Amino acid sequence: FVGVFTVFRGLSAVSTCSQSCSANPTLTTLFIFNAAMKNSDSMGVNTIHWFRKGLRLHDNPALRDSIRGTDTLRCIYILDPWFAGSSSVGINRWRFLLHCLEDLDASLRKLNSRLFVIRGQPTDVFPRLFREWNIARLSYEYDSEPFGKERDAAIQKLASEAGVEVTVRISHTLYNLDKIIELNDGQPPLTYKRFQAIINQMDAVELPAETIISKVIKNCTTPITHDHDDKFGVPSLEELGFETEGLSTAVWPGGETEALMRLERHLERKAWVANFERPRMNSNSLLAAPTGLSPYLRFGCLSCRLFYFKLTDLYKKVKKNSTPPLSLYGQLLWREFFYTTATNNPCFDKMEGNPVCLQIPWDRNPEALAKWAEGQTGYPWIDAIMTQLRQEGWIHHLARHAVACFLTRGDLWISWEEGMKVFEELLLDADWSVNAGSWMWLSCSSFFQQFFHCYCPVGFGRRTDPSGDYIRRYLPVLRGFPAKYIYDPWNAPEDVQKAAKCIIGTNYPRPMVNHAEASRVNIERMKQIYQQLSCYKGLVISVSSSYGESSRDQASLRFACTRASQRTLPQGPLFIG
Amino acid sequence: MKRIKGGEEASGGESPPEACKKLRTEISEESEAKAAGESPLCDWSLLPQEILLHIFQYLPLLDRAYASQVCRGWNEAFHMPELWRCFEFELNQPASSYLKATHPDLIKQIIKRHSNHLQYVSFKVDSSTESAEAACDILSQLVNCSLKTLGLISTARPSFMEVPKSHFISALTVVFVNSKSLSSLKIDDTPVDDPSLKVLVANNSDTLKLLKMSSCPHVSPAGILCVADQCHGLRELALNYHLLSDELLLALSSEKHVHLEHLRIDVVSENPGQHFHTIKKSSWDAMVRHSPKFNLVMYFFLYEDEFGPFFNDEIPITHLYFGRSVSKEVLGRVGLHCPRLVELVVCANGLRPLDEELIRIAKHCTQLSAIGLGECEVSCSAFVEFVKMCGRRLSQLSIMEEVLIPDHKYSLDEIHWEVSKHLGRVWFPDMMPTW
Repeated sequence: FVGVFTVFRGLSAVSTCSQSCSANPTLTTLFIFNAAMKNSDSMGVNTIHWFRKGLRLHDNPALRDSIRGTDTLRCIYILDPWFAGSSSVGINRWRFLLHCLEDLDASLRKLNSRLFVIRGQPTDVFPRLFREWNIARLSYEYDSEPFGKERDAAIQKLASEAGVEVTVRISHTLYNLDKIIELNDGQPPLTYKRFQAIINQMDAVELPAETIISKVIKNCTTPITHDHDDKFGVPSLEELGFETEGLSTAVWPGGETEALMRLERHLERKAWVANFERPRMNSNSLLAAPTGLSPYLRFGCLSCRLFYFKLTDLYKKVKKNSTPPLSLYGQLLWREFFYTTATNNPCFDKMEGNPVCLQIPWDRNPEALAKWAEGQTGYPWIDAIMTQLRQEGWIHHLARHAVACFLTRGDLWISWEEGMKVFEELLLDADWSVNAGSWMWLSCSSFFQQFFHCYCPVGFGRRTDPSGDYIRRYLPVLRGFPAKYIYDPWNAPEDVQKAAKCIIGTNYPRPMVNHAEASRVNIERMKQIYQQLSCYKGLVISVSSSYGESSRDQASLRFACTRASQRTLPQGPLFIG
Repeated sequence: MKRIKGGEEASGGESPPEACKKLRTEISEESEAKAAGESPLCDWSLLPQEILLHIFQYLPLLDRAYASQVCRGWNEAFHMPELWRCFEFELNQPASSYLKATHPDLIKQIIKRHSNHLQYVSFKVDSSTESAEAACDILSQLVNCSLKTLGLISTARPSFMEVPKSHFISALTVVFVNSKSLSSLKIDDTPVDDPSLKVLVANNSDTLKLLKMSSCPHVSPAGILCVADQCHGLRELALNYHLLSDELLLALSSEKHVHLEHLRIDVVSENPGQHFHTIKKSSWDAMVRHSPKFNLVMYFFLYEDEFGPFFNDEIPITHLYFGRSVSKEVLGRVGLHCPRLVELVVCANGLRPLDEELIRIAKHCTQLSAIGLGECEVSCSAFVEFVKMCGRRLSQLSIMEEVLIPDHKYSLDEIHWEVSKHLGRVWFPDMMPTW
């Protein structure tokens, strides 16, 4: 029987064990003996749960399933030291993440466990951990992003080499994205309407898994050493190399606890309004709300499925059991849409080599890009939004449209990839799929968008917040301007500027572009691109008949191009019908 | 047994399908011979030139260039004049563009071997002055060309405006003088001026059919009038409003002039409070009488208070685009005075519903088939009414979701069914992602 024992150690096959147990009472005895030696890693089933996103204990089916029959459990988070130093992730994102990890640690403490934060790269870390901790099982939440899939494939290989059983569950998205793609003939739906149509055909969303509480985890222990905090503690911002002097308190505190509180508030507010329509935009909408949920969804502090079901329940309660419309889940479905489009496309975040992205001749202009990123465009509406983004890490989605349009097809004609990188650094809820997808959408680079929707950097702001208080809040230098001039202070007479103690050109920059001129040029450029698309049937305002170029000659003109002619976008229903 | 060598035995003027048929027969004869024990001779190098040409026309330039490296025969085919009638020069600098440029060696080759084959040429330049200057350099060397089409296209900021004017003008003049049969000319956003237009007219007045010159600040109304007076075959014209005059419209409607098909006018405000002249109704009437089917396309990039001179009288606009905010009042005037309206795009309006204005447009603009609304507000009921009145002629209905304001009759979810019903097809408003 000793021989059987060693076999079990290597295979981590608890399920096999339990099957054998029922057949062989002697083995059962051995199994109980095993369970009694809980604290020894050399026997028994030792499990690692690997947190990446999904930073929560509610609706965590991977963790729940891997706990069954486990003797020891260690929940880990791998912190890649290289990322801390790189400027592609800003301080607000790091702080949010650290809050999430601290919150997880606190929650695990209540269950007599702890979070293990491990520095290094997963491919280096895991072989070591598998050995040191004698791991039989590894679990994690499924990551649908191409980079994630690649990384996880490498880890799965390492796991199988080490005889470690891997448990993966889907809980970051409402649905199994591969099924959505399958239902659409192997291609992700490229219009939101088509996506909704496919969703309607899918089976119901799976219920959230039960929360990990003491009862669930009672048979596991976590071996905690006395120097746990030194070795595996959640680092501070300073330890990661950030300067925290003068840093204001986080407007968006991270963590599952905060997320669940916000969810309750969010639902309360919806119930009180008893109106599930899209809320009318007003100046308050621009400010961070205590009911905002997007960063928590992105990091996985809040389960999207929990949110989905809570919304459904509330709607049925308030509207007396009628079927909720898809628009109720707008926020969740957009997220799902972009995850689906991105999951099989490693080039999703680039223009070049990306089959769903139009090749647009964007301008390379680092100076202009820097002005936009730093809120120095001279357009208060744009600058205030970028300032809020940098300070707090969140801006309203209409504000995102405004600044994205300004950077790309509206005014600066700079590539959406640059904007995406800035958002990646500063925006708390920007993850790879949603960020790239939204930027492509907003720059009319994909998804058949109507490019005539141009947001005016003066007018749009003025209509959203006529008082100008939003501008004054984030650009204190402009506080003295009256509402009449605060959106276009360069038009203010000199005495007004003097009274406001802000001379345009000295205390605040002049506008970096002439919007009318820039938008005129850019709409023409977009038209040039779209006219080349043979499948584009949108608004073709003043399509020139291009007299003098017979269709045959136009055809050969296309063939004469030095690069392959504009890829025709994959067939899918056009934006209309 | 027949053999095919190069293009020698192929009969002149044979169309590719014919040649293909011939080749197929010959190949089958060859395989018969092969079956009979003779050595196989099915050889790609024996493809007749017409077939090669036909195939090469399907290849993008880079692939064609690779093919030309295969053997002498294919290299010769690569240089056949028919393959060099059209060319698009792409001029980009790495510092200002992500896209690749046409290889300088290729450009040299084209100028050396193919400049007299070129007929349909365009230049795409990025925002750097060097690219625009490179385009001008190439233009200056096209002395042996007789171009039919020339397009100077800025793909980002208008860099032709940065080129020293004299350099640009002299390069352009080379083309105007040597190409006596220019039919299509696109020179938007360039420093072209009145004298160079005179040169154009002097050499190409019989053939010019299309002229696009929006945002050419050095041209005066007199300069463009000269073109209209002399080029009676002009069917398409694009220019800025400041060049438009009653005289110009009358010249385009004169008896000698062909029917105009397409007139595009950009109305752009340089400074707030700019003053715009008016065009007499009679001039527009003359245009409509002379060219009843012509498209009048107008793009407005004005401040709200600059619309005074516009839409006070009937105007035969067919395609109307408001690039900035336009007031309710002006949209009301559009409804009254634009009976020929086919396409309307409103980027932004404001926070008062456009219900009445839309209904009026549905009533009076009986040709309307496309409409796009951006930052506006329309109540759902009024919108349904609008669609009902327009009916199935609305082939393009692009409304941002935020535009539609639910009311007691319709919610957002119900409206798309109502609208779809009246349109006779499934319709949804345009959506923007919400995070």
